[in-house]
Amino acid sequence: MLTKAKEIKSPRNTYGETLVELGEKNHNIVVLDADLSCSTQTSKFREKFPNRFFNCGIAEQDLIGTAAGLAYGGKTVFASTFAMFATARCLDQIRNTVCYSKLNVKIVATHGGITVGEDGASHQALEDISFMRSIPDMKVIVPADCVEVSEVIRYAAQTKGPMYIRIPRTNLKTIFNKETYKFNPSLGLKIKEGKDLTIVTNGETLYEVIDAAQKLSQVGIEADILHYPVVKPFDFISLVSSAKKTKKVIVVENHSIIGGLGSAVCEALCENYPSKVLRIGTEDTFGQSGEQRQLMEFYGLTGTKIYEKIIKFMDVR
Amino acid sequence: MKKLANTIRQDILKMIHNAKSGHPGGALSCVDILVVLYKKILNVPLDWDKSPDYKNRDRFILSKGHASTALYATLAHLGYFPKSLLSGFRILGSKLQGHPSSKVGLAGIEVSTGSLGQGLSIGAGLALSLRLDEIKSKVFVLLGDGEMQEGSVWESLMNINNQKLNNLVVIIDKNNLQIDGCVCDIKTLEPLDKKLEAFGFRVKTIDGHNFDEIESALQEAKQALEPYVIIADTIKGKGVSFMENNPSWHGKAPNDEQLALALEELNVN
Repeated sequence: MLTKAKEIKSPRNTYGETLVELGEKNHNIVVLDADLSCSTQTSKFREKFPNRFFNCGIAEQDLIGTAAGLAYGGKTVFASTFAMFATARCLDQIRNTVCYSKLNVKIVATHGGITVGEDGASHQALEDISFMRSIPDMKVIVPADCVEVSEVIRYAAQTKGPMYIRIPRTNLKTIFNKETYKFNPSLGLKIKEGKDLTIVTNGETLYEVIDAAQKLSQVGIEADILHYPVVKPFDFISLVSSAKKTKKVIVVENHSIIGGLGSAVCEALCENYPSKVLRIGTEDTFGQSGEQRQLMEFYGLTGTKIYEKIIKFMDVR
Repeated sequence: MKKLANTIRQDILKMIHNAKSGHPGGALSCVDILVVLYKKILNVPLDWDKSPDYKNRDRFILSKGHASTALYATLAHLGYFPKSLLSGFRILGSKLQGHPSSKVGLAGIEVSTGSLGQGLSIGAGLALSLRLDEIKSKVFVLLGDGEMQEGSVWESLMNINNQKLNNLVVIIDKNNLQIDGCVCDIKTLEPLDKKLEAFGFRVKTIDGHNFDEIESALQEAKQALEPYVIIADTIKGKGVSFMENNPSWHGKAPNDEQLALALEELNVN
Protein backbone atom coordinates (compact mmCIF):
# COMPACT_ATOMS: atom_id res chain seq x y z
CA MET A 1 0.00 0.00 0.00
CA LEU A 2 2.85 2.43 0.80
CA THR A 3 5.19 3.60 -1.91
CA LYS A 4 8.95 3.88 -1.88
CA ALA A 5 8.97 6.51 -4.61
CA LYS A 6 10.05 9.93 -3.35
CA GLU A 7 7.57 11.96 -5.35
CA ILE A 8 6.39 15.44 -4.38
CA LYS A 9 3.11 16.59 -5.90
CA SER A 10 0.59 19.37 -5.59
CA PRO A 11 -2.73 18.08 -4.26
CA ARG A 12 -4.52 21.05 -5.84
CA ASN A 13 -3.24 19.99 -9.24
CA THR A 14 -4.39 16.48 -8.58
CA TYR A 15 -7.82 17.83 -7.61
CA GLY A 16 -8.13 19.84 -10.83
CA GLU A 17 -6.89 16.97 -12.99
CA THR A 18 -9.25 14.50 -11.34
CA LEU A 19 -12.20 16.83 -11.87
CA VAL A 20 -11.39 17.06 -15.57
CA GLU A 21 -11.09 13.31 -15.85
CA LEU A 22 -14.42 12.78 -14.08
CA GLY A 23 -16.07 15.58 -16.04
CA GLU A 24 -15.26 13.91 -19.35
CA LYS A 25 -17.22 10.80 -18.42
CA ASN A 26 -19.92 12.34 -16.24
CA HIS A 27 -21.69 15.31 -17.83
CA ASN A 28 -23.73 15.78 -14.70
CA ILE A 29 -20.74 17.15 -12.80
CA VAL A 30 -20.61 20.93 -12.35
CA VAL A 31 -17.92 22.95 -10.59
CA LEU A 32 -18.18 26.28 -8.78
CA ASP A 33 -15.55 28.58 -7.37
CA ALA A 34 -15.39 31.93 -5.61
CA ASP A 35 -12.66 33.79 -7.49
CA LEU A 36 -9.89 31.43 -6.46
CA SER A 37 -10.06 28.98 -9.34
CA CYS A 38 -6.40 29.44 -10.21
CA SER A 39 -5.41 28.65 -6.62
CA THR A 40 -7.84 25.78 -6.11
CA GLN A 41 -7.09 24.53 -9.64
CA THR A 42 -10.75 24.25 -10.57
CA SER A 43 -9.54 26.43 -13.46
CA LYS A 44 -8.53 23.17 -15.15
CA PHE A 45 -12.20 22.17 -15.25
CA ARG A 46 -13.23 25.65 -16.40
CA GLU A 47 -10.84 25.52 -19.36
CA LYS A 48 -12.20 22.17 -20.45
CA PHE A 49 -15.90 22.59 -19.65
CA PRO A 50 -16.68 26.33 -19.49
CA ASN A 51 -20.45 25.80 -19.61
CA ARG A 52 -20.35 23.56 -16.54
CA PHE A 53 -18.20 25.93 -14.50
CA PHE A 54 -19.64 28.84 -12.52
CA ASN A 55 -17.58 31.52 -10.86
CA CYS A 56 -19.64 33.13 -8.10
CA GLY A 57 -17.07 35.82 -7.44
CA ILE A 58 -15.96 36.80 -3.95
CA ALA A 59 -19.26 35.74 -2.46
CA GLU A 60 -19.08 32.48 -0.55
CA GLN A 61 -22.68 32.54 0.69
CA ASP A 62 -23.82 32.75 -2.91
CA LEU A 63 -21.30 30.05 -3.86
CA ILE A 64 -22.87 27.54 -1.49
CA GLY A 65 -26.46 28.66 -2.15
CA THR A 66 -25.99 28.35 -5.91
CA ALA A 67 -24.27 24.99 -5.44
CA ALA A 68 -27.32 23.87 -3.44
CA GLY A 69 -29.69 24.97 -6.21
CA LEU A 70 -27.70 23.06 -8.82
CA ALA A 71 -27.83 20.00 -6.57
CA TYR A 72 -31.61 20.43 -6.23
CA GLY A 73 -31.60 20.38 -10.02
CA GLY A 74 -29.95 16.95 -9.94
CA LYS A 75 -26.32 17.92 -10.55
CA THR A 76 -23.27 16.51 -8.81
CA VAL A 77 -21.72 19.70 -7.51
CA PHE A 78 -18.15 20.49 -6.51
CA ALA A 79 -17.72 23.89 -4.84
CA SER A 80 -14.26 25.14 -4.03
CA THR A 81 -12.43 27.97 -2.38
CA PHE A 82 -9.96 28.28 0.53
CA ALA A 83 -10.89 26.30 3.65
CA MET A 84 -11.14 29.49 5.69
CA PHE A 85 -13.84 30.99 3.47
CA ALA A 86 -15.49 27.73 2.37
CA THR A 87 -16.61 26.97 5.90
CA ALA A 88 -16.85 29.97 8.22
CA ARG A 89 -18.21 32.57 5.78
CA CYS A 90 -21.10 30.41 4.63
CA LEU A 91 -21.66 28.13 7.60
CA ASP A 92 -25.40 28.91 7.67
CA GLN A 93 -25.84 27.99 3.99
CA ILE A 94 -23.91 24.76 4.56
CA ARG A 95 -26.00 23.84 7.60
CA ASN A 96 -29.47 25.04 6.70
CA THR A 97 -29.45 24.45 2.98
CA VAL A 98 -26.87 21.83 1.99
CA CYS A 99 -26.85 19.49 4.98
CA TYR A 100 -30.43 19.92 6.21
CA SER A 101 -31.71 18.81 2.81
CA LYS A 102 -28.86 16.28 2.28
CA LEU A 103 -27.90 17.85 -1.02
CA ASN A 104 -25.28 16.43 -3.33
CA VAL A 105 -22.74 19.19 -2.76
CA LYS A 106 -19.05 18.45 -2.29
CA ILE A 107 -17.20 21.30 -0.68
CA VAL A 108 -13.59 20.76 -1.63
CA ALA A 109 -11.53 23.31 0.24
CA THR A 110 -7.88 23.95 -0.40
CA HIS A 111 -5.46 25.85 1.86
CA GLY A 112 -6.48 24.02 5.02
CA GLY A 113 -4.40 24.32 8.18
CA ILE A 114 -1.39 26.27 9.42
CA THR A 115 0.62 25.39 6.31
CA VAL A 116 -1.09 28.15 4.32
CA GLY A 117 2.05 29.93 5.49
CA GLU A 118 2.89 33.54 4.74
CA ASP A 119 -0.71 34.80 4.38
CA GLY A 120 -1.04 34.39 8.12
CA ALA A 121 -3.89 33.93 10.58
CA SER A 122 -6.71 35.34 8.44
CA HIS A 123 -6.15 32.60 5.87
CA GLN A 124 -5.16 29.69 8.10
CA ALA A 125 -8.24 27.54 8.68
CA LEU A 126 -7.62 25.81 12.01
CA GLU A 127 -11.26 25.29 12.93
CA ASP A 128 -12.80 24.11 9.65
CA ILE A 129 -12.93 20.43 10.59
CA SER A 130 -14.57 21.38 13.87
CA PHE A 131 -17.25 23.44 12.11
CA MET A 132 -17.99 20.79 9.51
CA ARG A 133 -17.88 17.83 11.86
CA SER A 134 -20.67 19.19 14.03
CA ILE A 135 -23.25 19.43 11.22
CA PRO A 136 -25.59 16.43 10.81
CA ASP A 137 -25.19 14.42 7.59
CA MET A 138 -21.87 16.05 6.67
CA LYS A 139 -19.06 13.64 5.79
CA VAL A 140 -15.62 15.06 6.54
CA ILE A 141 -12.54 13.78 4.71
CA VAL A 142 -8.89 14.85 5.05
CA PRO A 143 -6.67 13.00 2.56
CA ALA A 144 -2.93 12.69 3.12
CA ASP A 145 -1.35 12.64 -0.33
CA CYS A 146 -2.16 13.04 -4.00
CA VAL A 147 -2.94 9.39 -4.55
CA GLU A 148 -5.53 9.61 -1.81
CA VAL A 149 -6.86 13.01 -3.00
CA SER A 150 -7.56 11.50 -6.40
CA GLU A 151 -9.33 8.47 -4.90
CA VAL A 152 -11.37 10.59 -2.50
CA ILE A 153 -12.56 12.93 -5.28
CA ARG A 154 -13.62 9.90 -7.33
CA TYR A 155 -15.46 8.50 -4.31
CA ALA A 156 -17.17 11.87 -3.77
CA ALA A 157 -18.36 12.04 -7.38
CA GLN A 158 -20.12 8.70 -7.10
CA THR A 159 -21.50 9.03 -3.57
CA LYS A 160 -24.63 11.09 -2.90
CA GLY A 161 -24.84 13.62 -0.07
CA PRO A 162 -22.90 16.49 1.47
CA MET A 163 -19.15 16.19 1.93
CA TYR A 164 -16.35 18.40 3.11
CA ILE A 165 -12.95 17.50 1.70
CA ARG A 166 -9.93 19.40 2.94
CA ILE A 167 -6.80 19.74 0.86
CA PRO A 168 -3.64 21.58 1.95
CA ARG A 169 -1.90 24.30 0.01
CA THR A 170 1.52 22.70 0.21
CA ASN A 171 2.95 20.10 -2.09
CA LEU A 172 2.80 16.67 -0.55
CA LYS A 173 5.25 13.79 -0.49
CA THR A 174 3.59 10.74 -1.95
CA ILE A 175 2.89 8.11 0.67
CA PHE A 176 0.59 5.62 -1.03
CA ASN A 177 1.27 3.32 -3.93
CA LYS A 178 -1.01 4.31 -6.76
CA GLU A 179 -1.41 0.75 -7.96
CA THR A 180 -2.45 -0.79 -4.65
CA TYR A 181 -4.08 2.01 -2.62
CA LYS A 182 -7.84 1.72 -2.23
CA PHE A 183 -9.84 4.36 -0.35
CA ASN A 184 -12.11 2.87 2.30
CA PRO A 185 -14.77 5.36 3.43
CA SER A 186 -15.66 3.48 6.58
CA LEU A 187 -12.35 2.37 8.07
CA GLY A 188 -9.31 3.97 9.62
CA LEU A 189 -6.24 2.78 7.79
CA LYS A 190 -3.44 0.91 9.60
CA ILE A 191 -0.16 2.32 8.32
CA LYS A 192 2.20 0.62 10.72
CA GLU A 193 1.80 -2.10 13.33
CA GLY A 194 3.14 -1.42 16.86
CA LYS A 195 2.45 -2.38 20.47
CA ASP A 196 3.65 0.53 22.59
CA LEU A 197 1.42 3.41 21.58
CA THR A 198 -1.23 4.42 19.07
CA ILE A 199 -0.79 7.46 16.85
CA VAL A 200 -3.86 8.71 15.03
CA THR A 201 -3.52 11.29 12.28
CA ASN A 202 -4.61 12.37 8.79
CA GLY A 203 -3.80 14.90 6.09
CA GLU A 204 -0.35 16.45 5.87
CA THR A 205 0.70 15.23 9.29
CA LEU A 206 0.62 11.55 8.25
CA TYR A 207 4.02 11.97 6.62
CA GLU A 208 5.37 13.61 9.79
CA VAL A 209 3.93 10.88 11.98
CA ILE A 210 5.61 8.19 9.87
CA ASP A 211 8.85 10.11 10.35
CA ALA A 212 8.29 10.37 14.13
CA ALA A 213 7.48 6.65 14.33
CA GLN A 214 10.77 5.79 12.64
CA LYS A 215 12.61 7.86 15.25
CA LEU A 216 10.65 6.10 18.00
CA SER A 217 11.58 2.72 16.54
CA GLN A 218 15.22 3.66 16.87
CA VAL A 219 14.79 3.96 20.64
CA GLY A 220 12.79 0.75 20.86
CA ILE A 221 9.25 2.20 20.89
CA GLU A 222 6.90 0.72 18.32
CA ALA A 223 3.91 2.84 17.32
CA ASP A 224 0.65 1.65 15.86
CA ILE A 225 -0.17 4.28 13.21
CA LEU A 226 -3.79 4.80 12.27
CA HIS A 227 -4.57 7.14 9.39
CA TYR A 228 -8.09 8.55 9.50
CA PRO A 229 -8.88 10.30 6.21
CA VAL A 230 -12.55 10.08 7.18
CA VAL A 231 -13.04 12.13 10.34
CA LYS A 232 -16.80 11.70 10.11
CA PRO A 233 -18.45 9.22 10.25
CA PHE A 234 -15.73 8.09 12.66
CA ASP A 235 -14.59 4.47 12.74
CA PHE A 236 -14.23 3.95 16.49
CA ILE A 237 -13.74 0.17 16.21
CA SER A 238 -10.23 0.34 14.71
CA LEU A 239 -9.28 3.00 17.24
CA VAL A 240 -10.59 1.11 20.26
CA SER A 241 -8.91 -2.14 19.27
CA SER A 242 -5.58 -0.34 18.91
CA ALA A 243 -6.06 1.53 22.22
CA LYS A 244 -6.80 -1.75 24.00
CA LYS A 245 -3.47 -3.05 22.78
CA THR A 246 -1.28 -0.01 23.48
CA LYS A 247 -3.17 1.87 26.26
CA LYS A 248 -1.69 5.13 25.01
CA VAL A 249 -3.15 7.30 22.28
CA ILE A 250 -1.67 10.34 20.55
CA VAL A 251 -3.51 12.37 17.94
CA VAL A 252 -1.65 14.62 15.48
CA GLU A 253 -3.42 17.02 13.14
CA ASN A 254 -2.89 20.24 11.20
CA HIS A 255 -5.86 21.83 12.98
CA SER A 256 -6.84 23.17 16.36
CA ILE A 257 -6.85 20.57 19.13
CA ILE A 258 -10.44 21.71 19.73
CA GLY A 259 -13.15 20.06 17.68
CA GLY A 260 -11.13 18.21 15.07
CA LEU A 261 -9.69 14.69 14.83
CA GLY A 262 -8.39 14.96 18.41
CA SER A 263 -11.88 15.59 19.68
CA ALA A 264 -13.32 12.78 17.56
CA VAL A 265 -10.76 10.39 19.09
CA CYS A 266 -11.50 11.58 22.64
CA GLU A 267 -15.26 11.26 22.10
CA ALA A 268 -14.89 7.72 20.76
CA LEU A 269 -12.53 6.62 23.52
CA CYS A 270 -14.36 8.14 26.47
CA GLU A 271 -17.48 6.22 25.54
CA ASN A 272 -15.83 2.96 24.53
CA TYR A 273 -12.43 2.60 26.18
CA PRO A 274 -11.38 5.54 28.38
CA SER A 275 -7.69 6.19 27.80
CA LYS A 276 -5.21 8.96 28.32
CA VAL A 277 -4.88 10.94 25.10
CA LEU A 278 -2.27 13.46 23.99
CA ARG A 279 -3.61 15.86 21.37
CA ILE A 280 -1.01 17.49 19.12
CA GLY A 281 -2.24 20.33 16.91
CA THR A 282 -2.48 24.08 17.23
CA GLU A 283 -3.55 25.04 20.75
CA ASP A 284 -6.45 27.42 21.44
CA THR A 285 -4.78 30.07 19.31
CA PHE A 286 -4.63 31.79 15.93
CA GLY A 287 -1.79 31.20 13.50
CA GLN A 288 0.66 33.75 12.08
CA SER A 289 2.76 34.47 9.01
CA GLY A 290 5.81 32.40 8.28
CA GLU A 291 7.34 29.92 5.89
CA GLN A 292 5.32 26.71 6.03
CA ARG A 293 8.09 24.50 7.38
CA GLN A 294 8.93 27.06 10.08
CA LEU A 295 5.29 27.14 11.09
CA MET A 296 5.13 23.35 11.29
CA GLU A 297 8.19 23.53 13.55
CA PHE A 298 6.76 26.39 15.64
CA TYR A 299 3.46 24.62 16.25
CA GLY A 300 5.13 21.28 16.90
CA LEU A 301 3.93 19.39 13.86
CA THR A 302 7.20 18.16 12.31
CA GLY A 303 8.38 14.58 12.75
CA THR A 304 11.08 15.64 15.20
CA LYS A 305 8.74 17.79 17.31
CA ILE A 306 6.12 15.05 17.37
CA TYR A 307 8.79 12.56 18.44
CA GLU A 308 9.93 14.84 21.28
CA LYS A 309 6.40 15.37 22.55
CA ILE A 310 5.70 11.65 22.50
CA ILE A 311 8.88 10.81 24.43
CA LYS A 312 7.88 13.33 27.10
CA PHE A 313 4.36 11.93 27.23
CA MET A 314 5.66 8.37 27.63
CA ASP A 315 8.02 9.48 30.46
CA VAL A 316 5.29 11.25 32.42
CA ARG A 317 3.29 8.09 32.33
CA MET B 1 -59.81 33.91 -6.50
CA LYS B 2 -60.68 36.40 -3.82
CA LYS B 3 -62.86 33.79 -2.16
CA LEU B 4 -60.07 31.23 -2.29
CA ALA B 5 -57.59 33.74 -0.87
CA ASN B 6 -59.98 34.48 1.96
CA THR B 7 -60.41 30.81 2.80
CA ILE B 8 -56.63 30.37 2.76
CA ARG B 9 -56.29 33.33 5.13
CA GLN B 10 -58.72 31.67 7.51
CA ASP B 11 -56.76 28.42 7.36
CA ILE B 12 -53.51 30.25 8.03
CA LEU B 13 -54.96 31.72 11.21
CA LYS B 14 -56.47 28.41 12.30
CA MET B 15 -53.14 26.63 11.79
CA ILE B 16 -51.22 29.22 13.78
CA HIS B 17 -53.88 29.30 16.50
CA ASN B 18 -53.81 25.52 16.72
CA ALA B 19 -50.02 25.41 16.91
CA LYS B 20 -50.02 28.34 19.37
CA SER B 21 -47.15 29.83 17.35
CA GLY B 22 -46.27 30.91 13.83
CA HIS B 23 -46.06 33.96 11.62
CA PRO B 24 -49.42 35.41 10.58
CA GLY B 25 -48.35 38.86 9.34
CA GLY B 26 -46.03 37.87 6.51
CA ALA B 27 -48.19 34.89 5.55
CA LEU B 28 -51.28 37.06 5.10
CA SER B 29 -49.35 39.59 3.02
CA CYS B 30 -48.30 37.05 0.36
CA VAL B 31 -51.48 34.97 0.04
CA ASP B 32 -52.82 36.79 -3.02
CA ILE B 33 -49.51 36.37 -4.84
CA LEU B 34 -49.43 32.64 -4.06
CA VAL B 35 -53.03 32.16 -5.20
CA VAL B 36 -52.34 33.76 -8.57
CA LEU B 37 -49.07 31.85 -8.95
CA TYR B 38 -50.60 28.46 -8.32
CA LYS B 39 -53.93 29.10 -10.08
CA LYS B 40 -52.68 30.91 -13.17
CA ILE B 41 -48.94 30.80 -13.64
CA LEU B 42 -47.09 27.78 -12.32
CA ASN B 43 -47.04 24.57 -14.23
CA VAL B 44 -46.66 22.13 -11.34
CA PRO B 45 -48.38 18.75 -11.68
CA LEU B 46 -50.87 17.92 -8.96
CA ASP B 47 -49.60 14.39 -8.66
CA TRP B 48 -46.14 15.89 -8.05
CA ASP B 49 -43.27 13.39 -8.42
CA LYS B 50 -45.59 10.70 -9.78
CA SER B 51 -46.26 12.81 -12.84
CA PRO B 52 -44.40 12.02 -16.08
CA ASP B 53 -44.08 15.79 -16.40
CA TYR B 54 -42.41 16.22 -13.01
CA LYS B 55 -39.00 17.18 -14.33
CA ASN B 56 -40.47 19.85 -16.58
CA ARG B 57 -42.39 21.55 -13.78
CA ASP B 58 -41.92 25.17 -12.83
CA ARG B 59 -40.13 25.61 -9.51
CA PHE B 60 -41.36 27.78 -6.68
CA ILE B 61 -39.15 28.75 -3.75
CA LEU B 62 -40.55 30.46 -0.68
CA SER B 63 -37.40 32.20 0.47
CA LYS B 64 -39.31 33.87 3.34
CA GLY B 65 -39.88 30.44 4.88
CA HIS B 66 -41.68 31.82 7.93
CA ALA B 67 -44.72 32.39 5.66
CA SER B 68 -44.95 28.60 5.37
CA THR B 69 -48.63 28.54 6.42
CA ALA B 70 -49.57 30.52 3.30
CA LEU B 71 -47.80 28.01 1.07
CA TYR B 72 -49.12 24.95 2.93
CA ALA B 73 -52.73 26.20 2.84
CA THR B 74 -52.49 27.16 -0.86
CA LEU B 75 -51.05 23.76 -1.80
CA ALA B 76 -53.70 21.93 0.23
CA HIS B 77 -56.57 23.93 -1.27
CA LEU B 78 -55.33 23.26 -4.77
CA GLY B 79 -55.09 19.56 -4.04
CA TYR B 80 -51.36 18.82 -3.73
CA PHE B 81 -52.01 17.14 -0.37
CA PRO B 82 -55.06 16.61 1.87
CA LYS B 83 -56.36 19.60 3.81
CA SER B 84 -56.48 17.39 6.88
CA LEU B 85 -52.69 17.70 7.12
CA LEU B 86 -52.94 21.43 7.86
CA SER B 87 -53.88 20.84 11.49
CA GLY B 88 -50.50 19.15 12.02
CA PHE B 89 -48.59 22.39 11.41
CA ARG B 90 -45.65 22.68 13.86
CA ILE B 91 -46.67 19.52 15.70
CA LEU B 92 -44.17 16.74 16.41
CA GLY B 93 -43.98 14.23 13.57
CA SER B 94 -45.83 16.41 11.04
CA LYS B 95 -44.59 17.05 7.51
CA LEU B 96 -45.71 20.63 7.97
CA GLN B 97 -42.59 21.89 9.69
CA GLY B 98 -42.48 25.41 11.12
CA HIS B 99 -40.41 26.38 8.09
CA PRO B 100 -40.66 24.39 4.83
CA SER B 101 -38.53 21.28 4.60
CA SER B 102 -37.85 19.58 1.28
CA LYS B 103 -36.77 16.36 2.92
CA VAL B 104 -40.03 15.37 4.61
CA GLY B 105 -41.61 14.46 1.27
CA LEU B 106 -44.50 16.91 1.15
CA ALA B 107 -45.84 17.43 -2.39
CA GLY B 108 -45.19 20.95 -3.64
CA ILE B 109 -42.27 21.78 -1.36
CA GLU B 110 -39.20 22.21 -3.55
CA VAL B 111 -36.63 23.61 -1.19
CA SER B 112 -35.93 23.91 2.54
CA THR B 113 -35.92 27.49 3.71
CA GLY B 114 -36.18 29.34 7.01
CA SER B 115 -32.82 30.99 7.46
CA LEU B 116 -33.45 34.17 5.52
CA GLY B 117 -31.51 35.32 2.49
CA GLN B 118 -30.80 31.91 0.99
CA GLY B 119 -33.69 31.22 -1.39
CA LEU B 120 -32.46 33.41 -4.21
CA SER B 121 -29.07 31.73 -4.56
CA ILE B 122 -30.80 28.36 -4.49
CA GLY B 123 -33.21 29.59 -7.18
CA ALA B 124 -30.31 30.78 -9.31
CA GLY B 125 -28.60 27.40 -8.98
CA LEU B 126 -31.83 25.66 -9.98
CA ALA B 127 -32.24 28.00 -12.94
CA LEU B 128 -28.67 27.23 -14.03
CA SER B 129 -29.35 23.50 -13.84
CA LEU B 130 -32.55 23.88 -15.91
CA ARG B 131 -30.63 25.87 -18.50
CA LEU B 132 -27.88 23.23 -18.67
CA ASP B 133 -30.50 20.52 -19.14
CA GLU B 134 -32.36 22.61 -21.72
CA ILE B 135 -35.58 22.42 -19.71
CA LYS B 136 -37.79 25.36 -20.54
CA SER B 137 -39.58 25.73 -17.19
CA LYS B 138 -39.12 28.71 -14.88
CA VAL B 139 -38.02 29.30 -11.32
CA PHE B 140 -40.02 31.71 -9.15
CA VAL B 141 -38.55 32.95 -5.88
CA LEU B 142 -40.63 34.88 -3.35
CA LEU B 143 -38.65 37.03 -0.94
CA GLY B 144 -39.71 39.28 1.89
CA ASP B 145 -38.50 42.86 1.85
CA GLY B 146 -37.00 42.56 5.34
CA GLU B 147 -35.05 39.57 4.10
CA MET B 148 -33.33 41.79 1.57
CA GLN B 149 -31.21 43.18 4.38
CA GLU B 150 -29.23 39.94 4.13
CA GLY B 151 -26.10 40.57 2.06
CA SER B 152 -26.37 37.14 0.45
CA VAL B 153 -29.46 38.34 -1.48
CA TRP B 154 -27.38 41.03 -3.17
CA GLU B 155 -24.59 38.56 -3.88
CA SER B 156 -27.15 36.47 -5.68
CA LEU B 157 -28.69 39.40 -7.56
CA MET B 158 -25.25 40.17 -8.97
CA ASN B 159 -24.82 36.56 -9.98
CA ILE B 160 -28.24 36.36 -11.66
CA ASN B 161 -27.45 39.44 -13.70
CA ASN B 162 -24.01 38.16 -14.58
CA GLN B 163 -25.39 34.79 -15.67
CA LYS B 164 -28.19 36.57 -17.57
CA LEU B 165 -30.75 34.23 -16.04
CA ASN B 166 -34.05 34.90 -17.76
CA ASN B 167 -35.64 31.69 -16.51
CA LEU B 168 -35.85 33.06 -12.98
CA VAL B 169 -38.47 35.47 -11.67
CA VAL B 170 -37.91 37.32 -8.40
CA ILE B 171 -40.97 38.46 -6.46
CA ILE B 172 -40.61 40.72 -3.45
CA ASP B 173 -43.46 40.73 -0.93
CA LYS B 174 -42.88 44.31 0.17
CA ASN B 175 -44.95 44.72 3.31
CA ASN B 176 -42.55 47.27 4.79
CA LEU B 177 -42.39 45.66 8.21
CA GLN B 178 -40.05 43.35 10.06
CA ILE B 179 -40.16 41.98 13.63
CA ASP B 180 -38.60 45.02 15.26
CA GLY B 181 -40.60 47.60 13.31
CA CYS B 182 -40.49 49.42 10.00
CA VAL B 183 -37.93 48.32 7.40
CA CYS B 184 -37.37 51.99 6.59
CA ASP B 185 -36.29 52.71 10.20
CA ILE B 186 -34.27 49.61 10.90
CA LYS B 187 -32.24 49.39 7.69
CA THR B 188 -33.92 51.00 4.74
CA LEU B 189 -33.85 49.38 1.32
CA GLU B 190 -34.95 52.51 -0.49
CA PRO B 191 -34.86 53.34 -3.26
CA LEU B 192 -35.42 49.61 -3.84
CA ASP B 193 -36.62 49.83 -7.45
CA LYS B 194 -33.66 51.96 -8.48
CA LYS B 195 -31.22 49.68 -6.69
CA LEU B 196 -32.61 46.65 -8.48
CA GLU B 197 -32.52 48.45 -11.81
CA ALA B 198 -28.91 49.36 -11.14
CA PHE B 199 -28.25 45.67 -10.47
CA GLY B 200 -29.41 44.92 -14.02
CA PHE B 201 -33.01 43.89 -13.47
CA ARG B 202 -36.19 44.87 -15.17
CA VAL B 203 -38.40 46.04 -12.31
CA LYS B 204 -42.16 46.16 -12.15
CA THR B 205 -43.95 47.56 -9.10
CA ILE B 206 -47.50 46.36 -8.53
CA ASP B 207 -50.28 46.29 -5.94
CA GLY B 208 -49.65 42.88 -4.40
CA HIS B 209 -53.31 42.48 -3.49
CA ASN B 210 -54.73 43.20 -6.95
CA PHE B 211 -55.21 39.87 -8.69
CA ASP B 212 -55.18 41.33 -12.22
CA GLU B 213 -51.99 43.28 -11.60
CA ILE B 214 -50.30 40.26 -10.06
CA GLU B 215 -51.28 38.04 -12.96
CA SER B 216 -50.25 40.40 -15.72
CA ALA B 217 -46.90 41.13 -14.06
CA LEU B 218 -46.19 37.42 -13.65
CA GLN B 219 -47.18 36.69 -17.26
CA GLU B 220 -44.89 39.43 -18.46
CA ALA B 221 -42.08 38.20 -16.20
CA LYS B 222 -42.49 34.67 -17.53
CA GLN B 223 -41.93 35.89 -21.09
CA ALA B 224 -39.14 38.34 -20.23
CA LEU B 225 -35.77 37.93 -21.87
CA GLU B 226 -33.84 39.58 -19.04
CA PRO B 227 -33.70 39.11 -15.25
CA TYR B 228 -37.01 40.31 -13.85
CA VAL B 229 -38.14 41.51 -10.42
CA ILE B 230 -41.69 42.17 -9.31
CA ILE B 231 -41.96 44.46 -6.32
CA ALA B 232 -45.38 43.68 -4.87
CA ASP B 233 -46.58 46.39 -2.49
CA THR B 234 -48.45 44.52 0.20
CA ILE B 235 -49.95 44.98 3.64
CA LYS B 236 -48.58 42.91 6.46
CA GLY B 237 -51.48 41.08 8.13
CA LYS B 238 -53.72 41.79 5.11
CA GLY B 239 -57.38 40.94 5.66
CA VAL B 240 -57.52 41.19 9.44
CA SER B 241 -57.94 44.79 10.55
CA PHE B 242 -56.17 44.49 13.89
CA MET B 243 -53.21 42.67 12.33
CA GLU B 244 -52.76 44.98 9.35
CA ASN B 245 -49.59 47.06 9.40
CA ASN B 246 -48.84 45.96 12.93
CA PRO B 247 -45.37 44.43 13.35
CA SER B 248 -46.35 42.78 16.62
CA TRP B 249 -48.27 40.24 14.51
CA HIS B 250 -45.09 39.14 12.73
CA GLY B 251 -44.63 36.05 14.86
CA LYS B 252 -47.51 35.68 17.30
CA ALA B 253 -50.48 33.33 17.47
CA PRO B 254 -54.00 34.70 17.93
CA ASN B 255 -55.85 33.58 21.07
CA ASP B 256 -59.38 32.09 20.87
CA GLU B 257 -61.09 35.45 20.92
CA GLN B 258 -58.74 37.04 18.38
CA LEU B 259 -59.14 34.06 16.08
CA ALA B 260 -62.93 34.32 16.22
CA LEU B 261 -62.80 38.03 15.46
CA ALA B 262 -60.41 37.52 12.56
CA LEU B 263 -62.41 34.68 11.04
CA GLU B 264 -65.58 36.75 11.26
CA GLU B 265 -63.93 39.64 9.43
CA LEU B 266 -62.65 37.33 6.73
CA ASN B 267 -66.09 35.72 6.40
CA VAL B 268 -67.79 39.05 5.89
CA ASN B 269 -65.32 40.07 3.21
